[in-house]
Amino acid sequence: MATSAQTHKLAPQSVVFRVMKTKLRLYWKLIKSLQTGLLLATGMAGFVSFACPVTNFSTLAALAGSLFLAISGSTVLNMVYDRDIDARMGRTTGRPIPSGQISPRTGLILGLGLSITGVAWGLLMQPLYGLVVFAGLFFDVVVYTMWLKRRTPWSIIWGGISGGMPVLAGRVLAVGEIDAVGLLLALGVLCWIPTHIMTFNMRYYDDYKRAGVPTFPSEYGYGVTRLIIALASVLAAGSFGYAAFLIGLDWGYLRLLSVLSVGMFFLAGVSLIKPSEKVNFGLFKYASLYMLNTMLLILLQAI
Amino acid sequence: MAKLSMLDRILLLLTGLLAAYQVVAGIDGKPTMVIVAYTVAFGVLLIAGLLILIIGMEILDSSFVAIVATLIPLSLSLGIVAEHFPEWQTTYLLLVVVGFVLVLATRLLLPGNLATLSLMVVHGISGLLIFGLPFYLSLTGRTPLGFLLVGVGGGLIGLGGLLLSFLKTGHPILSRSMILAVLPGLLVLMTAAFVFGFYLA
Repeated sequence: MATSAQTHKLAPQSVVFRVMKTKLRLYWKLIKSLQTGLLLATGMAGFVSFACPVTNFSTLAALAGSLFLAISGSTVLNMVYDRDIDARMGRTTGRPIPSGQISPRTGLILGLGLSITGVAWGLLMQPLYGLVVFAGLFFDVVVYTMWLKRRTPWSIIWGGISGGMPVLAGRVLAVGEIDAVGLLLALGVLCWIPTHIMTFNMRYYDDYKRAGVPTFPSEYGYGVTRLIIALASVLAAGSFGYAAFLIGLDWGYLRLLSVLSVGMFFLAGVSLIKPSEKVNFGLFKYASLYMLNTMLLILLQAI
Repeated sequence: MAKLSMLDRILLLLTGLLAAYQVVAGIDGKPTMVIVAYTVAFGVLLIAGLLILIIGMEILDSSFVAIVATLIPLSLSLGIVAEHFPEWQTTYLLLVVVGFVLVLATRLLLPGNLATLSLMVVHGISGLLIFGLPFYLSLTGRTPLGFLLVGVGGGLIGLGGLLLSFLKTGHPILSRSMILAVLPGLLVLMTAAFVFGFYLA
């Protein structure tokens, strides 16, 4: 049994450990781990879509590392720039920067550090790959967040383009050029973005309104937004399906992809005909699952 | 409505994984019509599992779900008929289409007793085929004995359908909460019986 003196000796170590754990948890929140993970999965799927079966694990690991840094960096920079909006929205007010747990300066240094390291690593690996990674970061932080997000709901297109860059980057790293499959996969992500973002815009309508961020539901109404979501779902599934066919995915995987796509059409259709908050948020969650599964199928093909 | 427990979530996830396996790997090498029919059946099962997992049991109250759920027994029975009795394939396909249109039309245009009746007839015929044909085929030696499991799955799907139908008509055999509590377990058992039954055949 530990004596009182031993307990006192251990105490400072456990305090340091606890402080480090809290800090790490705070910084982890800054990078939106789920979103970053999903984008990372698209990048890796883009890479293995050409290099099937995967034999070059060191390149795959370098791709994962550089993309993780660049995506995390752009997310942190967005959080720094949008801290005033986040402070006005109930959903985001507790984030580390608006809540004052991390200063904007620290966030900026961290964001720039992660972004520059990620892009530089990418450029060293292959210039075109690094350029695509940089394009994703530039479209996301400068064009989407800093320039258009507060002006027009159409900014979502640029958000979508930047969202499609990781999968294109992965493909470029494998192929050495921008090809049709890479563009189709990126188009799939671009068309998937409205399903993901607009369902969220509807769920947190008041939050976005209060923060003064123009969204499709606030500018064009719920009906038009739902129609766009349904159309975008069809386009996303079509792009992914055609890309998967060109990649040469097994028929079994293609069948499963078709089934999952039909599930998304079904939910988008129900949301259009008989809208409800439950179905709307269900579609949001299903869309994320759909994207993850699509990328997983491409990854599984490589094993 | 009560939230899904962790066990419910695991069972639904298992249902989805089993159905996904069947779509990907369990039906390769069969005739096109059989592949299409089984893909629809297990695809709907997969989507059903995912939607219950994501949205919750409330999704079962939707009239769309009642219509789409009809596809499971219809397409599964069509797959069995097309695989083992190809001479009946076209006739039964016609019956399946008519049955589905009947369910769709009565649900959307004439809700009430007629809709319930058509649902019961369509589910009844297809359910009996899924239950009876595997027993007949395996006991007469036309398929390995393991194919019996598909019949067991047919029995379970019939039981699930019956419980939900009586719940919908307002005369539940068990209480609503009891039915919803056993549903995830019933779904995973049924899917497992189908998947292993087809595998062993």
